[in-house]
Amino acid sequence: MKIKSIEDIEKIKERHLPLIKQRLGYRNGLGLTQIMVCSGTACSSSESREVRLELEQELERKGLQDRARVFKTGCFGFCQYGPIVMIHPGEIFYCQVRPEDVQELVEKHLVGGQVLERLLYQNDSTKERTPSIEDIHFFKAQRRIVLRNCGVINPEKIGEYIARDGYFALADVLLHKNRDEIIEIIKKSGLRGRGGAGFPTGKKWELAAAQDLRPKYVVCNADEGDPGAFMDRSILEGDPHSILEAMTIAGYCIGANQGYIYVRAEYPIAVERLELAIGQAREAGLLGKGLFGTAFDFDIGFRFGAGAFVCGEETALLHSIIGQRGEPRPRPPYPAQEGLWGKPTLINNVETYANITVILRDGWEWYEGQGTATSKGSKVFSLAGKIHNTGLIEVPMGTSLRTIIFDIGGGIPGGKRFKAVQTGGPSGGCIPSKYLDLPIDYESLKEIGSMMGSGGMIVMDEEDCMVDIARFYLEFSQDESCGRCTPCRVGTKRLLEILIRITEGHGEMEDLEMLEELSYDIRDASLCGLGQSAPNPVLSTLRYFKDEYIAHVRDKHCPAGVCKALLEYTVDEEKCIACGLCARTCAAQAITGAPKQPYRIDPEKCTRCAACVAKCPKKAIQKGIKKDVGNYGKTGIYAGPGGTEDRATL
Amino acid sequence: MGKREYMPGPVVRKTGQLYDNPKKDVEKIRLTIDGREVEADKGMSVLEAARGVGIEIPSLCYLRHINETGSCRVCLVEVEVKGARTLQASCVYPATAGLVVHTSSPRVRRVRKTMVELLLSDHHRECTTCIRNLNCELQNTADSLGIRNIKWTGEMKALQVQNENPYIVRDYNKCIKCRRCEAICSKVQEINVYSAINRNYDTVIAPAFMQDLSQVACIACGQCVIACPTASLTEKECIDSVWEALEDPDKYVVVQTAPSIQVTLGEEFGFPAGTAVTGKLAAALRRLGFDKVFATDFTADLAVLEEAHELLERLGGRGKLPLLTSCCPGWVKFAEHFYPDCLENLSTCKSPHEMFGALTKTYFAGKEGIDPEKIVVVAIMPCTAKKFEAARPEMGTGDFKDVDWVLTTRELARMLRQADIPFHDLPEEEYNTPMGTASGAGVLFGSTGGVLEAAVRTAYYLVSGQEVDLPDYEELRGFSGLKEADVHLKDRIIKVAIAHGTGNARVLLDRLRSGEPFDFVEIMACPGGCVGGGGQPIYGSRWRKEISLDYRHNRADALDRIDASKALRRSHENPDVQKIYKEFLGSPLGEVSRNLLHTYYTPRGKLPGFHFGGIKGSHEGHVEENIPPHDNQSMPRPEIAPKV
Repeated sequence: MKIKSIEDIEKIKERHLPLIKQRLGYRNGLGLTQIMVCSGTACSSSESREVRLELEQELERKGLQDRARVFKTGCFGFCQYGPIVMIHPGEIFYCQVRPEDVQELVEKHLVGGQVLERLLYQNDSTKERTPSIEDIHFFKAQRRIVLRNCGVINPEKIGEYIARDGYFALADVLLHKNRDEIIEIIKKSGLRGRGGAGFPTGKKWELAAAQDLRPKYVVCNADEGDPGAFMDRSILEGDPHSILEAMTIAGYCIGANQGYIYVRAEYPIAVERLELAIGQAREAGLLGKGLFGTAFDFDIGFRFGAGAFVCGEETALLHSIIGQRGEPRPRPPYPAQEGLWGKPTLINNVETYANITVILRDGWEWYEGQGTATSKGSKVFSLAGKIHNTGLIEVPMGTSLRTIIFDIGGGIPGGKRFKAVQTGGPSGGCIPSKYLDLPIDYESLKEIGSMMGSGGMIVMDEEDCMVDIARFYLEFSQDESCGRCTPCRVGTKRLLEILIRITEGHGEMEDLEMLEELSYDIRDASLCGLGQSAPNPVLSTLRYFKDEYIAHVRDKHCPAGVCKALLEYTVDEEKCIACGLCARTCAAQAITGAPKQPYRIDPEKCTRCAACVAKCPKKAIQKGIKKDVGNYGKTGIYAGPGGTEDRATL
Repeated sequence: MGKREYMPGPVVRKTGQLYDNPKKDVEKIRLTIDGREVEADKGMSVLEAARGVGIEIPSLCYLRHINETGSCRVCLVEVEVKGARTLQASCVYPATAGLVVHTSSPRVRRVRKTMVELLLSDHHRECTTCIRNLNCELQNTADSLGIRNIKWTGEMKALQVQNENPYIVRDYNKCIKCRRCEAICSKVQEINVYSAINRNYDTVIAPAFMQDLSQVACIACGQCVIACPTASLTEKECIDSVWEALEDPDKYVVVQTAPSIQVTLGEEFGFPAGTAVTGKLAAALRRLGFDKVFATDFTADLAVLEEAHELLERLGGRGKLPLLTSCCPGWVKFAEHFYPDCLENLSTCKSPHEMFGALTKTYFAGKEGIDPEKIVVVAIMPCTAKKFEAARPEMGTGDFKDVDWVLTTRELARMLRQADIPFHDLPEEEYNTPMGTASGAGVLFGSTGGVLEAAVRTAYYLVSGQEVDLPDYEELRGFSGLKEADVHLKDRIIKVAIAHGTGNARVLLDRLRSGEPFDFVEIMACPGGCVGGGGQPIYGSRWRKEISLDYRHNRADALDRIDASKALRRSHENPDVQKIYKEFLGSPLGEVSRNLLHTYYTPRGKLPGFHFGGIKGSHEGHVEENIPPHDNQSMPRPEIAPKV
């Protein structure tokens, strides 16, 4: 059926509303138990698909298929505890459900009417199990605006999206509003681009709308490339229609009739859902010719990215879409003036689009009230690294890092000390503990040497070496440099070489000045955002953790014990019982010994993998700073013919 | 000469920018550069605006209208714009009214220096032994920025130098990734040989799969060599072989110079572009020890006669029309790769320098009583494709190669320097006879439109028996990318067209394919014809002039002046040409000339070096490898190893 009017979507909404209402906590006497199984990428990788199929079969075996139904849904964000299964009514939240658990779950919950305690979330500190999502700390401080439909609707059903007021914004825009009004609303809402730089979205739309050249294009940047960031993926997987709707609205506002979604080919589930959603939308007449009976046509196509980080840069992305090498070009002209095939092109990030319909439905006044003075609304972050609850969260702008890391994220596992949090991916910086209480928004993060980026947050504890972290990110940036401009192609390589020198113990004090100097020059000179922000991890760690750099350079010592070239594993002769377990574990065959003699580690062969440390029953193997020791010294270490000089490089 | 019709807008506009510098009335804007309020055209970049008022900003990757990408980041400037945190590449930053620019602030100078240091840190700095020593843009820039030591050092690439073809050497280790070669090859010539391969520090600008140029559809025009700011792309030198021949007492070494050499060689010795040094050139060659100094202009006259007769023959119904000229080897190779269906239209005439070689080893040898085996023919050419042409197996007579060695203008200049010949102080000398006499028409071969104009002058005479009113043809000159005209040949109007630069050639050839009725078409592979050839002096860096292609106009104008100054202006009037037909060749298109002066062509496919299921080349016809053998078994792969 082709939707032609608001009445048409109202009808669809009514049909699906009872299901949705029950999921939102209404006891509406539906007489149906709904089992929501997360089918995002994270849960899928821990066999949520098998769980779902098993559930369906089990229901059939028990003859419950009329009373209970299984639904796919989007990401709950609690990825650490996946696969997630949520059962309505009651909103019982089960974690880490294995296919083997299904039988017991059905038996107890559905047949017996009791909660299966064993699979409930257990609070680590209090050891209490809580059945309801509201009681879980992880969800308490969150406010889900962008992720409003993830975990609520089945992303593969357009009807469920419509039941959540989907496509009503589009209908309203097409039937009752003119484009200037909409742009004005977006401008007033204060929405800023969620891709990283935070350019005001309304301004971008206005610029694209003001161009006279036809045709125009709308592009969705779904080329999420930051290591450890996956908010765009989750939105596409859990709520694909919201992106389609927002792109259509954008097309109406700027006068475009064609949209492109540039999505990473490494996101197969997102691509599948998008394809399905586009098919459904076309079938329903929500994409294609004459939307809602007006003269406005709009359609959306795909372009797949091959995983180049630089293709997240808008001009490189546009090159990639038209089949050229993914390389940025200088701006101006901006894509809004000259984009795809030289035509005006509006390009926004997935998360930015996901905000559009909310703003139009709930009003810019409401949206503008969220967040801080300069940054409105909410932000989705993906938590990773040394943190209890890794996963996806959404908080209002201005939430402090402490709330995110310790309240929502549950703090650092193993009682370790927090050292820093890295935001903004390879373009961002490391933030030390003194800024934990800083309300975060675009400006505050920039001020302290990091940036919002797409929203990746990687937490580090005392066992992380900040020099090594800087090296890791720079390695990424250098590897992903497109090779066009000099500072990024050669400069980051030289920067990386200095860092490698330091982590391998060859650094000199003047290297630190050189690092800083070259970093500033790369930032000043690079063509695109990738190069301009590539030195950020170096600059921020130099700013806040200079002592670690100095320890590496002056004392040839890695305080966190990460930099392998500066480490040495030795056997404590007193403790060693000559059991030989370590020698058998060692893959490099670096450990030798004889019965009743203390074993020895050959530092030449040792790869510092620490497998022996874990294996030793007497904890006789210690990690230590590498010292200058002669051949067969007191500690029983063979220094090798080249002495210590050569060994610094592994 | 009747009604002339010139190119309608779109085609000229396609690459017209490159060749035409129309004086348009553009809106002026005012901006502030380094505290000076200056005027500039609207639409200019900051770099152009600054250079226009004499403020020099160093640049490397910038090639006006061809490569404006802001890649090298050497032309960085500080602009006072709200929100501009970083420095901006002035070559792409638009000059707007009221803009405030600082081109030489301490920050700018520091970052600029870092950029060049970074480029140098990955550049094999063998300046003293480098072919581009003293004529290298990178060297000049480093010098003017005062770089005395390179702070940033590290891994340096050591990739294999590719020189398996007879015309161009690619040294990846000197490449600074400015991509000027890529831009000129894809935007001007539209051959698309080069592109970026790999990412990050491993980026190389290379033919597909880093193959040698002989393995891809490269037309050997050498425009990339002219565009290259360093010695990453150079002609394949054969100076040493020429020295060897000169030193061998048994050899009789004959040299010929292409028409355009006389107006370009001077640039290598500090003369302004467009200075004719014909007399000094002859003297210099004699000083080098060549036994005879001849001019290719002579065989150009000969080629005109052959070609004019061929045109009349084809107009008379024998052979395909239009007749396409064949004196440009880059264009011939282009047709063999991309337009094999046009090969039948190509004139069968060899190019003048090959005709010259063939006649030297037959006519001249016989006349002088010299064993042809002892004769070495050296050609001074504006061209790298001539090196390829000379290596074609079909370019020979009996056991002899027509031309033994081809030197570019640059190589000749190097030889003169090697021999310490004071070029400035040389007297004006004459060329030797008989093969040194030339008409003005032969001289015109050196720039675009010249071949056609020369042939039309003669064809007109052949048809009508009258001399044509010469100045009428001036409209065929000039640097429009494409020119068309209707020419009256007695009772018939023929449609002629001229294209230069293979990008323009494509437009014209596609129109031919679609059935437009042309009768006579001249195509030159290089923009501007031979005066813009890939073997000409590389302009711009030795005197740090603005890098553009405008100097080609000056060179072409000089050729026109030589033509105008000549008493003989039509090829058929050349007495030595008349003599050679009387004494040796018989008549144009006669049996002797068919044997010696004409050739055939081979389709080469678009991917000559690639094998698809055992079939070599593309689907477009059978491909024969005409270039010297090299190892096809294993694909040449550069070895990446750190340089010690």
